Amino acid sequence: MFVHNLASPSQVGQGGLTRRWREHVTETEYRARRAMTTFVIRRLMQAVMVLFATSLIVFVAVYAIGDPLEILLPSDASETEKAQVARSLGLDLPLPVQYGRFLWAALHGDFGNSFVYNQPAMTVIFERLPATLELTITALLMSLLIGLPMGLWAGNRPGTMVDESIMTGSILGFSLPNFWQGMMLIMIFAVWLGWLPSTGRGEPGTIFGITTSFASWDGIRHLILPAINLSLGNMAVIIRLTRTGVQETLPLDFVKYARARGLSERRILMVHVMKIILIPIVTVIGIEFGTLVAFAVVTETIFAWPGVGKLIIDSISALDRPVVVAYILVMVTLFIAINLAVDVAYSLLDPRIRSRAT
Amino acid sequence: MTLLEVSELKTWFETPAGTVKAVDGVSFSLAKGEIIGLVGESGSGKSITGFSILGLVDPPGKVVGGSIRFNGEDLRAASEERLRALRGDRIAMIFQDPMMTLNPVLSIGTQMVETVQAHRRMSRADARAKARDALGRVGIPRPEERLDAYPHEFSGGMRQRVAIATALLHEPDLIIADEPTTALDVTIQSQILSEVQGLAAEMGMGLIWISHDLGVVAGLADRIAVMYAGRIVEEGPRDDVLDAPRHPYTSGLVASAPIANERGKPLRQIRGSAPSALHRPEGCAFRPRCDHAGDLCLNDVPETCATPRRWRCFYPMGSS
Ligand SMILES: Nc1ncnc2c1ncn2[C@@H]1O[C@H](COP(=O)(O)OP(=O)(O)OP(=O)(O)O)[C@@H](O)[C@H]1O
Ligand code: SF4
Ligand SMILES: [Mg+2]
Repeated sequence: MFVHNLASPSQVGQGGLTRRWREHVTETEYRARRAMTTFVIRRLMQAVMVLFATSLIVFVAVYAIGDPLEILLPSDASETEKAQVARSLGLDLPLPVQYGRFLWAALHGDFGNSFVYNQPAMTVIFERLPATLELTITALLMSLLIGLPMGLWAGNRPGTMVDESIMTGSILGFSLPNFWQGMMLIMIFAVWLGWLPSTGRGEPGTIFGITTSFASWDGIRHLILPAINLSLGNMAVIIRLTRTGVQETLPLDFVKYARARGLSERRILMVHVMKIILIPIVTVIGIEFGTLVAFAVVTETIFAWPGVGKLIIDSISALDRPVVVAYILVMVTLFIAINLAVDVAYSLLDPRIRSRAT
Repeated sequence: MTLLEVSELKTWFETPAGTVKAVDGVSFSLAKGEIIGLVGESGSGKSITGFSILGLVDPPGKVVGGSIRFNGEDLRAASEERLRALRGDRIAMIFQDPMMTLNPVLSIGTQMVETVQAHRRMSRADARAKARDALGRVGIPRPEERLDAYPHEFSGGMRQRVAIATALLHEPDLIIADEPTTALDVTIQSQILSEVQGLAAEMGMGLIWISHDLGVVAGLADRIAVMYAGRIVEEGPRDDVLDAPRHPYTSGLVASAPIANERGKPLRQIRGSAPSALHRPEGCAFRPRCDHAGDLCLNDVPETCATPRRWRCFYPMGSS
């Protein structure tokens, strides 16, 4: 709020005007930039609150599920052994104290050691996160690169054979269960045709010092099937959304006006209509990216993909609290970042939001 | 020389409720540099006449009869690609509602540049310069800067100027202006009117000015065509039509327009309302509202030609 007061238009005065003039910043742009700063600061404050709240909830929840010692130690362990391990892990303290210590350490960047792997929880997660992000980003890109053109095509020719087939396909895309689609993919492409591998991540290559599946042919081959599996449902959503968008936009006056100016149908569809429908699509991409990371658990299990999805399942059953809490915090951060990116993309796509932001 | 020749144009909409004969036998012609005012009540078929010329009638509408000749070329037989090449280049249209016609998410500059590049092989920079000059010509201040603005940053009047500037980009032979000033306030309206009139004369363009307001057209047009229920019921030189209307409907329009009104006299309204396009009366469509109707009026009304005027009425005004 104090940020907002810093420079309300009436207070900008002569100095502000000259400065803006010098920088060739128009009034609208100037106001939009200031609004953007306020917005980002407010968002960051919200993010901190959300992270704090989730960490508390997850911490308590995992505590409530059960005692990790029961799982970590062999059933014949003696009471003294138990007490010793409990003390070394800090599990003997009352819950509020445990949380307080966790919070204090977390503020210093230490999220505790995994009970199972005996390594810092964040290290355990970040070892596997690249594999998951690789998978989800590939799936997202695939669903966009295929879904958008198909949706445009269907929307531009409603009621035709092409439209009907694309729509039927998309219904299958999200009504058939994800795991079933995955097994069919393995059956067809790995078992019958033998074209593609169905398990593991292969041998990732290194490019610019980053280890990734994209850098080796073996890595790419291993990525194809799981990525298709993960992208199908999302692709169906993108297709339907795009088709509806096209059908709702084509009858608008500005399309007729664009035709009256002699623009080609191609330009009208790819620029005028596309730029309008990208606004809802970006929102859905934001939401869907989250869904993809979540659904990756299923895909990673089917294709034995060594990502965080598999890790979190294992960690929950082992009641490995530091890893679970750290995982949730990483995911929440990711979601907050995506949301922020969506809002920024909005204002880039829609000039009306850009100047209304004040 | 004749620029545009529309004859017996019929544009019908097949709807579940029946056939809407939005345009039902419209004929008129326009010479180079001439301005014709197309006047009529809402729903009389003015806009559809304009869209028919451009080949932009949306389904379920369809041009089902008549011919449209532009510079001697038969537009009804022209290919879609040929029509596209003509639209925005040789024939430009300014739409009714300035708020709805520009794409809200593309800058004015982008939309003008694409209109240039749709018809000329030209670099972006050159196209931009052309757009800037066009904006300057219609009186938009700081045109270079305004090119980067978006439609919502313009007032209604400024947006309509943008539409006019866009129409002028390629100095077309014909502009169809569909009530471009109705959404604007009176001062801006008359300002734009006189600017357009000046520009049209300067460039020798033909202009079809569509309006439901006879007053607007009276100050602008060389000739006036009055539409009623999908037909032109009277057409002729402006002064003849305004001073001595032949069709009772025209007469009613003149009497109800503030221009013709003597001071202190109340404005007269035409009684009744326009018939629904689905259920038009037999014979003369104006009959239920007409004070002059007689026995003949139940028949289809033929056109009476008394060059340079023509009308469709069995009992025209001004004859005994
Ligand atoms: N898509 C459509 N379906 C059915 N009828 C239509 C359609 N579009 C227009 N019409 C009919 O065509 C007739 C003429 O419409 P048009 O838009 O040309 O009127 P107008 O004279 O321009 O009126 P206004 O002053 O309100 O713009 C109207 O009676 C309308 O009902
Ligand atoms: S034809 Fe008859 S009904 Fe129609 S306008 Fe003339 S007098 Fe009136
Ligand atoms: Mg109209």
